[in-house]
Amino acid sequence: MKEIVVISGKGGTGKTSITASFAKLGAEEIVVADCDVDAADMHLVMSPEVIHTEDYYSGFVAKIDENKCTQCGACIDTCQFDAISPEFNINQYKCEGCSYCSEICPTHAIKMQELCIGQYFISKSRMNNYLIHAKLGIGADNTGKLVAMVKKEARKIAEANNLNTILVDGSPGIGCPVLSSLTGANLVCIVTESSLSGFHDLQRVYEVAKRFKLKACCIINKHDLNTKLTKQIEDYLEKEGIIHLANLPYMANFSDAMVEGKTIVEKENTIHSQLIKDSWQKIKEIVV
Amino acid sequence: MILAIASGKGGTGKTTLSTNLASYISEKQKVTLADLDVEEPNSGLFLDVEKDLEKDMFKKIPEWKESECILCGKCQEWCKFNCIQVLGDEVMIFPEFCHTCHMCVDLCPGSALSFKDVRMGRLSKSHKGNLTFVESRLNIGEEQAVSLISQTIDYTENYADEDELIIVDAPPGAACPVMEVVDKSDFVILVTEPTPFGLNDLKIAVETMRVLNREFAVVINRYGIGNDDVISYCKAENIDILAKINNDRKLAELYSKGNLLYKHSENLREQLDLIIEKLHLLK
Amino acid sequence: MKIAFTSKGNSWSSEMDPRFGRAEYIFVYDEESKKIEVVENEGISQVEHGAGPRTAKLVFDINPDIIITGNGPGGNALRVLEKADIKMFTGASEMSLEEAYKKYQNNELTIFE
Repeated sequence: MKEIVVISGKGGTGKTSITASFAKLGAEEIVVADCDVDAADMHLVMSPEVIHTEDYYSGFVAKIDENKCTQCGACIDTCQFDAISPEFNINQYKCEGCSYCSEICPTHAIKMQELCIGQYFISKSRMNNYLIHAKLGIGADNTGKLVAMVKKEARKIAEANNLNTILVDGSPGIGCPVLSSLTGANLVCIVTESSLSGFHDLQRVYEVAKRFKLKACCIINKHDLNTKLTKQIEDYLEKEGIIHLANLPYMANFSDAMVEGKTIVEKENTIHSQLIKDSWQKIKEIVV
Repeated sequence: MILAIASGKGGTGKTTLSTNLASYISEKQKVTLADLDVEEPNSGLFLDVEKDLEKDMFKKIPEWKESECILCGKCQEWCKFNCIQVLGDEVMIFPEFCHTCHMCVDLCPGSALSFKDVRMGRLSKSHKGNLTFVESRLNIGEEQAVSLISQTIDYTENYADEDELIIVDAPPGAACPVMEVVDKSDFVILVTEPTPFGLNDLKIAVETMRVLNREFAVVINRYGIGNDDVISYCKAENIDILAKINNDRKLAELYSKGNLLYKHSENLREQLDLIIEKLHLLK
Repeated sequence: MKIAFTSKGNSWSSEMDPRFGRAEYIFVYDEESKKIEVVENEGISQVEHGAGPRTAKLVFDINPDIIITGNGPGGNALRVLEKADIKMFTGASEMSLEEAYKKYQNNELTIFE
C-alpha cells in the first residue's frame, strides 16, 4: 500500500485544488482521504455520493442529573474552566472533560458523557473513486484521532477493492493532526507559494515531515510573484533533497474550475493543467 | 473594544487585513494589534516594529514529590489527558498535555503533587508610532494553545488604554482556540474569498458566531475572482458585507515580499475606510 | 531476550504497526522460553492526546529488553523507555513481524538513540 500525503503548512497555497486534480488523474486506481477536516473542501469538487455515515465521538463532557443534584455548588467551585453556570447548566464548549466535578460531587449527580462532535463519510465520487471525508461540529478539536480514523477507513476500502494507492489531503499547520496525516505515509508532497509566509511555513512543516524520514516533493505555486524568493525556495529544496516537481505561475482565474465544480486538470490546454499532469506522473514514478 | 479578525479557512487574507487595518488606523490614533494565531504567528513579518520587551509565558503543571507519595496510582486514574503515568516506583508527568484542571493536586491523598510553573511560550511587545504590536508564540509540541491565548488577551487588555481599539488576529478554523478569541471579543470580522471553498468555510465560521452569539460581519478578499455566491449567501442570511478588497496581482506581489499593502492601493484604503466608518473605529 | 513488537495483529504473520504511540498491539516474544504474549493496546483509538506516554507505560509494565517498531517514538515515550532501559530498533514497517524479527537477527534494523 502506498500513501501519498499533500500538505502545505500555510492555508491558501492551492493545496486542495491540486490534490483534487490528483484525485481526478488517479481516478478509479486510488482511494482519496480528506484529512483537512477543519476546512474539508474536497467534496465540493468531487461530488461524492455518500454510501455510509458514521458518528464521531471524541472527548467527554459533564452532565448533571437534576434529580440527584442538591445545588451545593461544589462543582462550580472546582471547575477551572467556568463551564458550570450558577443555574447548574454545563457549557459544553467550555467543559474540557477533566471530570473533576464528577469526582467530587457529593451526591454523584455528575456523569461524564462521550461527546459526538462530528461525522465521517464513505462516499463514491464522480471521479470513480472512493472518498473518505468528515465534518466536524463547532468548537470540536481537530486532534489526530479523526485524521487517523479517516485514514484507517481509507486503508480498509483500498484493501477490500485491491487498490494500492491512497491519496491524502493533509491537515494544515504543524500540530497533532498533521503528524497524524503523515504517519504511515510513503511520500509527502508539499504545496507552497512564493511568499515570505509560504516559505516560512514550508520550512516549519518540513521539519515535522523530516522526523518521519519520508521522501518529499514540492510544488511552488505562484512562482512568478517573487522570482527572487522562488530561487531561494528552490535552493532550499535542493539542499534538503526535496524533489522539485513544478513551478505553477500566478493565475488570476485559478478558482474558475472550482466555481464550475471541476478540478484544474479538467480545464484542458492550460499551463496549470499540463504541469499538474506532469507532477502526478512524477509522483507515480517516485512511489513505485 | 476588542475587534477580532477571523476566518474559517486559512489563507483568505486574515493577517493581511489585520496588519493593514491596524497600521492604517495608527496613522490617526493609538491602536493595538495582537497576533493570537499562536501556533503560526505571521503578522510580525509584515510590520516594521521596534521590540520593547519579551517575556516567557507559563502554565501551571503538577510536580511530584517522591517523599510524600504513597504510590496509590489515583492521579494516573483521574487524569483524563494521559499526562500522569506511574512507572514502577516513579510518577512521571508530561506537561504539554496538562489542562491545569487541578484535580490531581487538590485530591492527592498524600499531598505529593503541587503546582509549578512551566514555560509554554513567549510573548513580545513592540511598537511603531501609534501602533502597539503584541505577539505570542507557542512552544513547538505544546498542545494547550487556549491558555496562552487567554493570557495574551489579558495582558493586552491590561496594557492598552481603556478606550483604545484592540485588533486581534484570530487563529484559523472553528476549534477551541478560535472560540476562546471570539468569546473575549466585542465584534468579529470574518474574512473570506468569493469561491466555493471560501463560501463553505465561511458557513462554518458563521455557525460558530451564532453559537457564541457574537456580532459579526464579513469582508470579502480577492473580490473579482470566483463567483457571486458569497454575496448571495450573505444577503439571504442578512449578514453585513463591510468591504470588498479587489483581487490584484500587484498586491499579491507586494504581499509575497512581506510589504504592507494599503500604501500602494487606493482600493484597499477605500475599503479600510468603509470598515472604519461602519464600525466607528475612529474616536 | 524478551522482545516486543508494535503490531497490527496477534500472530507472527501480522503486519508491523509503524506507529509507537498508536500501535494496536504489543506482541511479545521471549527468546528463552519461546513464549508469546500479545497485549492489546486497549482503547488507544479513543485517546486524543497523550497516546505516546500511555503506550510507553504499557510497554514499561511488560518490561521487555528490546522493542522493535517502525517510525520510532516521540520525545515523551522516549523518556519512559529511557527510564526503563529498553533498547529500541526502528525501521521495521511494511513487513510482517516474522520478517522484522529476521531483520533484527541479521542486524538490519536501526538502533534508536
